[in-house]
Amino acid sequence: MGGMVIPSIEFTSVAPSIILALAGILLLTVVSVTKDRLPAWFSAVWTISASVAALAAVVRLWARVGEWGALSLVGGAVGLDRFSLFVIGTLCVSVLVGALLLEGYLRREQLESPEWYVLLLLAAAGGTTMAAANDLIVLFIGLEILSISVYVLAAMHRRRLSSLESGLKYFIHGAFASAFLLYGIAMVYGATGSTNLVRIQVFLADNVITQNGLMLGGIALMLVGFAFKVAAVPFHQWAPDVYQGAPTPVSAFMAAAVKTAAFAGMIRVFVLALGPTYRDEWRPMVLAIAVLSLLVGSVMALVQTNVKRMLAYSSIGHAGFILVAVHSSTAMGTSAALFYLLSYTFMVMGSFGVVEVVGRTGDGHHQLDDYKGLGRTRPGLALVFSIFLLAQAGVPLTAGFLSKFYVIRSAIDSGDTALGVVAMLAAVVAAFLYLRVIVAMYFEGDERDEVAPVRLPAAVSVALGIALAGTLLLGIVPDPVTQAANDATAELVPSRR
Amino acid sequence: MNSALLPAMILVPFVGAGLVALIPARRAELFRPVALLTSIVVLGMAVFMLVNFTVGDAGYQFETSTTWIKDLGISLHFGVDGISLFLVVLAAGIFPIALLGSTPSHDPKPYYGWLLVLLAGSIGVFCALDLVVFFVFFEIVLVPMYFLIGLWGHGRRVYAATKFFLYTMFGSALMLVGLVALAVLHQKAVGGPLTFDLVTLAREQALSTTASRWIFVAFAVAFAVKVPLFPLHTWLPDAHTEAPTAGSVLLAAVMLKLGTYGFVRFGLDLFPEASVWAAPVMLTLGVVGIVYGAICATMQKDLKRLVAYSSVAHLGFIVLGIFSITTQGIEGGILQMVNHGITTGALFLLVGMVYERRHTREISALSGLQSSAPVMAGVFTLVMLASIGLPGLNGFVGEFLALLGAFKGARWWGVVAVTGVILAALYLLWAYQRVFHGKAEGENAKMRDLTWSEGAVLAPLLFLIVFLGIYPKVMLDRIEPSVKALVVHVDRNVEDFDGRDVTPKVAPAAAGADEGGEG
Repeated sequence: MGGMVIPSIEFTSVAPSIILALAGILLLTVVSVTKDRLPAWFSAVWTISASVAALAAVVRLWARVGEWGALSLVGGAVGLDRFSLFVIGTLCVSVLVGALLLEGYLRREQLESPEWYVLLLLAAAGGTTMAAANDLIVLFIGLEILSISVYVLAAMHRRRLSSLESGLKYFIHGAFASAFLLYGIAMVYGATGSTNLVRIQVFLADNVITQNGLMLGGIALMLVGFAFKVAAVPFHQWAPDVYQGAPTPVSAFMAAAVKTAAFAGMIRVFVLALGPTYRDEWRPMVLAIAVLSLLVGSVMALVQTNVKRMLAYSSIGHAGFILVAVHSSTAMGTSAALFYLLSYTFMVMGSFGVVEVVGRTGDGHHQLDDYKGLGRTRPGLALVFSIFLLAQAGVPLTAGFLSKFYVIRSAIDSGDTALGVVAMLAAVVAAFLYLRVIVAMYFEGDERDEVAPVRLPAAVSVALGIALAGTLLLGIVPDPVTQAANDATAELVPSRR
Repeated sequence: MNSALLPAMILVPFVGAGLVALIPARRAELFRPVALLTSIVVLGMAVFMLVNFTVGDAGYQFETSTTWIKDLGISLHFGVDGISLFLVVLAAGIFPIALLGSTPSHDPKPYYGWLLVLLAGSIGVFCALDLVVFFVFFEIVLVPMYFLIGLWGHGRRVYAATKFFLYTMFGSALMLVGLVALAVLHQKAVGGPLTFDLVTLAREQALSTTASRWIFVAFAVAFAVKVPLFPLHTWLPDAHTEAPTAGSVLLAAVMLKLGTYGFVRFGLDLFPEASVWAAPVMLTLGVVGIVYGAICATMQKDLKRLVAYSSVAHLGFIVLGIFSITTQGIEGGILQMVNHGITTGALFLLVGMVYERRHTREISALSGLQSSAPVMAGVFTLVMLASIGLPGLNGFVGEFLALLGAFKGARWWGVVAVTGVILAALYLLWAYQRVFHGKAEGENAKMRDLTWSEGAVLAPLLFLIVFLGIYPKVMLDRIEPSVKALVVHVDRNVEDFDGRDVTPKVAPAAAGADEGGEG
């Protein structure tokens, strides 16, 4: 007694996280042992294989959870349910697409080195840890693994000053966010006596807290931490600068994966652990940041002239939409958020993929003017970009429409029709910004304006193909995925021991 | 129950668009035939549908339903009844004409591709019987029209296209919230699975009065933008004027009908009580549209803009007819929807032909065209008279029925609306006088008359203008049962409906048809 009890770990049940983490560490080892003898494409192929293997593990576990129900593993610190599996699957998709985008980018920028992929894999491993965390400390560790990897990734374009600046900014802001989150965790621990989500949930159901101020403060601080990570207003200031400065594939990964993981963590903590008892306290806070994000995200995006900044502000608006789903604090809202996150992964990675290509060598052509005449010089690329943009605007037969549909439904179902109206009106304002890009591509500019030709690397075109297929399939034949999102109920199951 | 006809009519244009996309850009001569052939196949199917339509059946025909999104209860449910039949036929019929009537100035490949996507959407929107599927088509037609105006339009095309897109999106954003709210509240009221099926929702009427009024308002804003009703109409003159000829024709014939069709199909059917409640406002807006559109049209210097404003006035009549909520009024509205598509489509084609020859649409720059182009002047006269509503031509029947309905159901609005008929004569005749009469000088004197091929494009429209003016019974026989069923549906669901001076059940079935026939 008294000694540290090491819990038994069922490795197969946490396989996706282990595959990603191990793949990252192994890649680093293999590459440092073999020096430069491996071909340049090796790291990319390795990363893609790892993400596919992790995805396969997710599919296996999905069936297992269906048979046996949700589990609590590693001494109750990690939860295995279909919610976390759905999120992990989404993260695997973003690693897959992200690696393809990186391959083309690094080749063009002559920055090929395996560290990018190592960091990508580690970041994803951190994200998967967050998604499955049943303990606030595990959640925090996952968040830090994810964040630190992405800080470095943002600063990895060593020849571009803006990339370094972006990494530093992200790091400083992110450190603040982590501190807030950790403070919040500490206060919640102080109020409830545990960091385990299951125990917190049970404790709050059985007891009335005397130190309510401590608990409320903890909730508020944790919310601030998460809001930083998902780039929700008023904790969004870092996002436009960081998205703009970071290497474009990294911006894509940030917009998709970091948001997905942070929302997964947020749903686990707020909807699951705090949902039954404290929903009346946290819902107004989430409501406020949701509305602010919707409004600021769409309005500020309108005045941008840099496409990467535009996409950054639009991602703030999208965060607002997902917050509307979180705000409903129901199983339906959680499914809506999951569907939205997967759709957004396809749409935003596709959009940034095109931005990467149009950015040309040096990753510097991101002004709206650089898109002029693209409809004439690269009709295919312009069409694909238009589809991603219209999807983000919520045009039917794309993933963007249905994801908005699900969010609105969850809002109305929990009685917040007015919030649904605000969200949709913000979406109309945001539509204008997507149209601005389309106008530039199709309706402006002559062929004479062409500076340097836009080259589309093979890997990037594969990535765009995947993103396009995802965007359209989720909009046209959504049934398999909507079923999965519906089945992906988040559960907090007490540990068997 | 399951007829493959309607899905085929929607899918064929998509296949055609796919073909156009696959043909390499250097085989530019192939795009037009492929697009034309596709649209003619669709028209053939529409004619088949028209011939096989059972007269006297008020329900939906050629119905088909397949599950689309299971857990939301959305199904691909299509069908036509008397209300939508002719709108589908009109959409299918106007596309070959629009394709033949004009050619793009550049980039034929995307032009024909987008037109075919628009065709698919136009058919789909009029036969969708699931709210979400309707919404999907309602929104999806925006995209091709946006590109048509933006890429092949004139002047301030980008401004016009963007304005068009955003106005409609604004309306449909509210409608989306409304339709989700409708389905969710319906589910909560009656239990069972979520459904967006129009037939079920309209039949069960499960919502409270307040809720359905709010939701009706959300739908009404979306439709009012599309109609367009004053004061949400400002996108229309811009979009119409800057669009290429085919775009203007299709806007007039198909897109403008989405709003009024929506009011009949979704407004009256889903929210009978709220429609009666809102009728005074809608009638007022309709009448304002009639008078305001006419006054604006009178003051226009640009011939195309004049026709665009005349649409505002014509659509006011349709709204007037619909919200009189009488059999005659609604029939007149539907008839007028089709007739407006034919006449205004023809007017836009003619204006396009003038523009092609003279490269201007300024009324002041044109004069005396009658001497240089007598055939064109003759055709223009006929179409214009139909648009004014001269008895014996198609425009008269719908307008007359709409006014008749208004006099029965909403007398004072009818009285004001009649002035619109006079104003229509004023602005169109005055424009005709300035453009075609007078002395032809310079370019005007040398202007080429209609060619045979242009005449061939216009011929079907001219035939319909005369035929439907003399014998509207073909249409009324098919429209009437559905409209009567709709009015009975409203009557059944609104308690004090009989309290108004409307007596839908007393109005004999044949009365509307005969009155129209005599005209």
